[in-house]
Formats: sequence, structure tokens, C-alpha cells
Amino acid sequence: MKMKKAASLVLVASLALTALAACGGSEEEQASNSDTFMIGGIGPTTGDAAAYGTAVQNGAQLAVDEINAAGGINGKQVEFQFEDDQSDSEKSVNAYNTLKDWGMQMLVGTVTSNPCTAVVKETYEDNMFQLTPSATAVESIQYDNAFRMCFSDPSQGTASADYIADNNLGTKIAVIYNSSDVYSSGIYQNFATEAQARGLDVVAAEAFTADSKTDFSVQLQKAKSSGADLVFLPIYYQEASLILTQADNMGYAPKFFGCDGLDGLLGVEGFDTSLAEGVMLLTPFTANSEDEMTQTFVAAYEEAFDITPIQFAADAYDCIYAIKAAAEQADVTPDMSISDMCDAMKTAMTEITIDGLTGAGITWSADGEPSKEAKAVIISNGAYEAM
Amino acid sequence: MLKKMKKTTKSNLITYGMVIAAFVIVQVLISTGSMSSLMEGLMVPLCMYAILAVSLNLVVGFLGELSLGHAGFLCVGAFSSAFFSKCTQDVITVGPLRFFLALLIGAVSAAVFGIIIGIPALRLKGDYLAIVTLAFGEIIKNLVNVLWIGKDSNGFHFSMKDVMSLNMEPDGMVIINGPQGITGTPPDSTFLAGILLLLLTLFIVTNLVNSREGRAIMAIRDNRIAAESVGINVTKYKLMAFTISAALAGLAGVLYAHNLSTLTATTNNFGYNMSIMILVFVVLGGIGNIRGSIIASVILTMIPEMLRELSDYRMLIYAIVLIVMMLFNWAPKSIEWRERHLAFLKTRKKEVK
Repeated sequence: MKMKKAASLVLVASLALTALAACGGSEEEQASNSDTFMIGGIGPTTGDAAAYGTAVQNGAQLAVDEINAAGGINGKQVEFQFEDDQSDSEKSVNAYNTLKDWGMQMLVGTVTSNPCTAVVKETYEDNMFQLTPSATAVESIQYDNAFRMCFSDPSQGTASADYIADNNLGTKIAVIYNSSDVYSSGIYQNFATEAQARGLDVVAAEAFTADSKTDFSVQLQKAKSSGADLVFLPIYYQEASLILTQADNMGYAPKFFGCDGLDGLLGVEGFDTSLAEGVMLLTPFTANSEDEMTQTFVAAYEEAFDITPIQFAADAYDCIYAIKAAAEQADVTPDMSISDMCDAMKTAMTEITIDGLTGAGITWSADGEPSKEAKAVIISNGAYEAM
Repeated sequence: MLKKMKKTTKSNLITYGMVIAAFVIVQVLISTGSMSSLMEGLMVPLCMYAILAVSLNLVVGFLGELSLGHAGFLCVGAFSSAFFSKCTQDVITVGPLRFFLALLIGAVSAAVFGIIIGIPALRLKGDYLAIVTLAFGEIIKNLVNVLWIGKDSNGFHFSMKDVMSLNMEPDGMVIINGPQGITGTPPDSTFLAGILLLLLTLFIVTNLVNSREGRAIMAIRDNRIAAESVGINVTKYKLMAFTISAALAGLAGVLYAHNLSTLTATTNNFGYNMSIMILVFVVLGGIGNIRGSIIASVILTMIPEMLRELSDYRMLIYAIVLIVMMLFNWAPKSIEWRERHLAFLKTRKKEVK
């Protein structure tokens, strides 16, 4: 009887062992595959922020396909794999580990700020090159192996305040922001600091949270009664569309100014786009821009995915081309170790200049921040127009 | 020797043995390099979820009350310990010592919250208690999201408005930054620490359940009036089980906070989503079945990661797998079928007894 039990224990143990070992088996197969660049991507393709993750996945895939068709990077083909993280730090690290098992050599990601802060710690320990298309928090690229394509929260907040002050868009400013969102509160903090320095008068700073983002009448009423002539909206476009509608119902018509989160405002279903007339936003990319590069990208993207690209897709597209430029600058080959590759890419990133969809002549400093010009656009006649 | 042991002792030993065996197997796999990075990265979260499930089982299974605010205690443990570790990162440089203190702080603060919440909430029963605990869990999560704490040469600064109203000196460091939470917590959580904590949790829960107090707790579950009539102090024992459960959830929170370098309170990690997920572990593993809780939490945490190849469909498949598992485990027909067709398992069970 005892024997039987012991035997069954051994059986169970060995079963568990083989099951676990089977999970680890894939590692060796991939390591030998040294003839292609393995680029991984992480972002939310399910959950609340799925629109951003999917856009990044599509944008990056489009760039990879183009590069492969044109002969690859340094003559080597590129493989791209994207993993879902539901915009959750813990799942993001799991996604990173999955990609590592797949054989990833460089990471484009992650899409959202907080998961990126968790993942950058892992890439730093593994010394893997990381370029995030859209994580805006300062900590998201706190190590020297990480770079970003978008503006950081501080620079967006500061740039907005500067832009408003330089162009005399308003003197009394109200801010409506999402205090439960890292992006929104990050911009607000820096906007308020810079606004003070530039002599702008922030008369009302009204917050809302993710749990109460449908009724903005209280915030708008406060903005109105404080006499604000410009309302700054460092938020995403879904809430902004509600704010514009509700302000119109109240008969309150200040100037509205936003950041890249407002990109997509014209695509909101059921939203009367005439209300968005005159809304200004700082964004590096607009889908109806006139230049040839944007036009080709938008056409290709619409054909492949049946949807108009948003700024996230453009950022991801530029990321892949930045990696290509840096890899060619440093003569990186796929058979290098991940760490050597990272060291080479780190230096090369500071040497290259990219003309991308999200800006011309983009350069990077060693701290990973891009230097490119913020473009302000105004919505007129239902389309974005450069100011 | 085994035969002379009490049934419960033997069952407990099997549970301990299972955990230790899992630890040994994983260590061997890691040292031989045949473990995938994904699995290696999952080890600490697995321990954390197992601890959570076992601790909630104490309330749901043995006290017989439905609590939907367990993630709130996880949140308290995580934030208090991460705050401590972040403050003392430069002062206490010995990692294990700092982590040990962080564990104590996490468990104690979660227990304090357990008492504060338990005193009013435990006067309610059943659905009412479930709703009140749900609300408390959400309050904790939302409180953390409007908390700004910074430290500079003048000491600590505190605000519930925004980071500017901290009025810090230029050398100041923001420790808790509102919804952005705490970043840069030292990564002190290791698999060994996770396993030791899981064993500690098992030790506490199994011993409590088989003690005089544990029998009183179960008497309250089975018949409150009868328990009161024999002189059992109902409030005291209810509060005891609730507080211990909260403290253990706090321990899991410490593991969570020191595993990732960023800590934010969102619905997915500290909101009702998480509370319900822990409850799912407990229900699937069997209410009042500690070993079942561990197994269920391990399986349900691993499934979404193992299904990554299915990309966008995996969350759908995960839900289906959950339904199928629940039916297989608990539908009366399926229990009957198992008894008939999987008879060999049954005989083994008899032998164990």
C-alpha cells in the first residue's frame, strides 16, 4: 500500500517535471535562428486601452513588412512578434518573458507608461535595447538602454504652456484633467508649473477620475464661473468629446486646447464634429497631413487594416525605422548577443537623424528623449489643419 | 507511523510536501537552465496568488462569510511596505533585512485595516457583508489614488490634492505620486521568499483551523445561534478570522510590491476585479479546501500565459476553460460521473485515509 502511494507520488512529480520542462523547451530552438532580427512588441490588444496597442502592433507590422520587402536591415530579414499586456504591469513583465523565450533581440514597447516602467527594469537587467513608441512617463525610460519616440509628459505639459503663452491664446486658463490617469495628471503637473513661470493664470483645475467620466457639468460650470477664456484638456479624446458636447449645451464657448490624446476626436461615433471646430491640439501626427510620406503611410495602413491610423500607429512605424537606421549605423547583425547589440544600438541612437511621420530631423540624446518639434493643429471644417 | 497520524495532520503534511516538492522541482529546473523565462518570472506571482487564495479561504471557507474586499488588504500591504522600502532604501542596505521589516509592516498595517473594517462590517451577514466589503475595497483603492507623499530635508510632506501642493524643497523626492503610485521599489521578492511565506500562511491557517479558536470559528459558520448559546463570543472570533486573513493578504501585497518596480492601484490589480478573481480561486479549489485553493490559483494564473499563442482569443478561451473546470469540479452529474469512471482515484483516496 505504501509502495503504491510512493509510486503515485513519483509519477505525479515526474509528470509535473516533464510538463514544466516542456514549457522551457522552445528556448534552444530559437537561439540558433541567427539569420533574422527578432523584434518584439508589447502593448494592450485587449482591455480598455486596446485601441492604442492594436495601433502600435499594426503600425510596426506595416514598417516591418516594408523593410522586409525592401531587403531588410543590413540585408537580414526582420521578424516581429507582438504580445498583449492588457496595460497591466504584471502581465507586461509576463509578456516580456514570453518574448524572451521566443528569442527577442530588441523591444518596441511597451505602449502604456506604467507597464513600461516595470518592463524597463527587466530590459535593463538583461541589457536589451528598448524603444517605446508611446510611454510618456519620465520613469518609463529611466535607464540608458531605453529610448522613446513620443514626447514625455513633462515636455508635453511645458510645450503646451509655452505655446499658449507665446501665441497669447488665453490669459485665464481652466484645466480639466483625469487625476486617475498617469498621462493626464503628469501633463497637468508640468503644465501648471510652467504656466506659473510664464505668467499664465490657472483659475480652475478640476479633476475627474476613471470612475466618473461621463458627466462634466460641475467641472465646466466651475471653469465658466471663474471666467476662463481657455480650457486646457490634457485628456483622451473620448472624454473630450463629452466635454465639448456638454459645454455647448451650457452655452459655454471658450477656446479648447489639448495634447496628443485628443487625436482621434473627429472619429468618435455619434459626436457632432462641428462642436470641435476651433479646438487646438499639440500632436506630432495627423492622418490628413499633406506631405507625401504621411499620405503613403495612411493609404497603406487603411488598405491593410481598414481603419485610419492614429498617432500611436505612426509612432510605432517610426520606431521600426529608427531601429533600422540605428542598426545600419552601427552595423548590427542578428548573430550578435543581445547585450552587444544593445551597446551598439545605444551609441548609434544618439548619432542618427530620422525623418519620420511624427517629425522631421528627429534626434535622440543619451537619456533617451527625442528632440523633435511639437506641431500644433487646429480643427477647422472637420479636418486638422496646421497652425 | 503514517497510519497513526490524525487524518488532518496527514492531509496538512501532504499540502506542505506538495509546496516543498514544487519548490525543489523548480529550483532544479532553474539551475539546469531548462526553465523558460516566462515560467521563471511567474514564480513569485504564483506564490502571491496562492497566499491570497488560502487567506481568503479562511474567511469564505471557515468563517462562512463572503468577503469581496480582499484586494483592498492586498493594496494596503503593498503600498505600506513599498513606502517603507522606498524610504529606507539608502539607510538599510541589507536586502533581506529590509524585506523582512517590510513584510512585518505590510502585514501589520493590513491587519489594522482588517480590524477597522471588520468592526462595523462583521455585524452584517451574507450578501450585505459582501457588498460592504466590496465598497471598502474600492475606498482603499481610491484613497491610494489621491495620496501624495514626498520627502525632503524638512521631513515628510503630505497632500491629497496634487504634487504641487506638497511644497517641497528642490532636493525633495516624491514617494507616492497619486495615481502614478510608487516607482523604483527595490526588487526584494524572490521565489524562496514567496515559498517561505506560502508555507507560513499554510502553517498559520491550518493550525488556526484545527485549534480551539478554529473550532469556534467553524461553529459560528455552522450555526450562529447554537454557537452563541454555548458561550462563544461571536464578534471576537469573527474579527479574529477576518484580521488574520487580512494580515496574510498584506503579506501577499508585500510580495507583489517588491516584485515589480512600479506599483499603481488600478481596478485590475487592487480593485474588485482582483477580489473576484481571488474568490474564483477559492470557489474553484473548493470552499474550505486549502490544498484546492493553492492548486486552483496556480492553474488559473498560468492558463492565460500558456494560452498566449491564441493571441486575442485567449481571454475568451480562458473564460470558457473556467466554466468547463467549474462544471467538471462541482456539477452533481459530473461528480457522479467521476465517481463511476475514475474509480481508481477513489481507491487511492481510501488508502490514504
